[in-house]
Amino acid sequence: MARVTAGISCSHVPAIGAAMDLGKTKEPYWAPLFAGFDFTKQWIARNTPDVVFLVYNDHATAFSLDFIPTFAIGCAPEFAPADEGWGARPVPVVRGAPELAAHIAENVIQADFDLTIVNKMDVDHGLTVPLSLMFGQPKSWPCLVIPFAVNVVQYPPPSGNRCYQLGKAIRQAIDGFDQDLNVQVWGTGGMSHQLQGPRAGLINKEFDTKFMDGMVRDPEALTRIPREQYLREAGSEGIELVMWLIMRGALEGPVREVHRFYHVPASNTAVGHLILEPAA
Amino acid sequence: MKTYGDIPGTTVFDAEQSRKGYHLNMFCMSLMKAPNRERFKANERAYLDEWPMTEEQKLAVLARDYNGMLVLGGNVYFLAKIFATDGKSFQYAAALMTGMSQEDYARMMLSGGRPYEPCEADKHGKPKEGV
Repeated sequence: MARVTAGISCSHVPAIGAAMDLGKTKEPYWAPLFAGFDFTKQWIARNTPDVVFLVYNDHATAFSLDFIPTFAIGCAPEFAPADEGWGARPVPVVRGAPELAAHIAENVIQADFDLTIVNKMDVDHGLTVPLSLMFGQPKSWPCLVIPFAVNVVQYPPPSGNRCYQLGKAIRQAIDGFDQDLNVQVWGTGGMSHQLQGPRAGLINKEFDTKFMDGMVRDPEALTRIPREQYLREAGSEGIELVMWLIMRGALEGPVREVHRFYHVPASNTAVGHLILEPAA
Repeated sequence: MKTYGDIPGTTVFDAEQSRKGYHLNMFCMSLMKAPNRERFKANERAYLDEWPMTEEQKLAVLARDYNGMLVLGGNVYFLAKIFATDGKSFQYAAALMTGMSQEDYARMMLSGGRPYEPCEADKHGKPKEGV
């Protein structure tokens, strides 16, 4: 049977992708950030999943204001890196896992989470930057990927609690899939940041630290954070953190913290990264 | 009733803003295609006139008044297509919106970012909205 073996969270700042694509990772500004992923690269070489269920948000790339799905699951055999206005990132095409994606969609919808099914979609930096951070710059990605897009652009996004419960339903669907697959669930975005208006540049290390502690020890407490508190304390774009709770829901139960990294800044953003494994 | 209107220096892109800014944001979206970027750069006013935007929105785009565009319904991920067309970074645009020089803004970020300061509503207990 398929099983969820680990959860990873990390930010998906576009400038990180640009720094990698332009060969700037050794520059003094970027070196401390990439050093935080050295452990991860070694860990994931030993623990390469068959499939990554990758929770991210689209940034006015595949979804304009014509369609704004709250939860969208990518069921296609492949997804092209998007041209976001500067030309597409020079990264491999993302190969999907259509059978598992369709199975998850079917089961999760029957569990009352009304997903939008997407059969054709380009993927932007929200999805490709985390792949680059974990796997570096390979000729092809070493695993299949199910893109799972969450609306965090137009307020209100789904609540943290809804995301957490959805994560549990995704976990149950994966557990019921009749193929021997090692699946990781990644929750991306965050941490505190605000990209707009006179308050741009907001960073709240205290909020971020508590959030990472909660991801490890008490995710139920995080599910009670109201949307508005994210806006106020983690910044208008910090509300992306609800996506981490889908990952945490998919792990359920106690977890072991394998790795933690936090760094300010990447451009305008606080970068946070966790690797969690089921404790049992 | 909206309970988040008092967050300092922040325009929340909600359904009302999205409705106001639909054409502004869709104009921005069109700049993802290189031929459209060229046409826009060749004659900004003429290109804007192809879109059913308000005059106020068009003037804000021409002036690159990003705070103005936010108030008029723009969303920063869409507005990013304008500053990308201008060859500018997210950090350039963020600095502009704060009224700081890019150097001062970059220095603020390197020293840990803009500190969170609770506003009045934050101090008087928790936000009203339920989960």
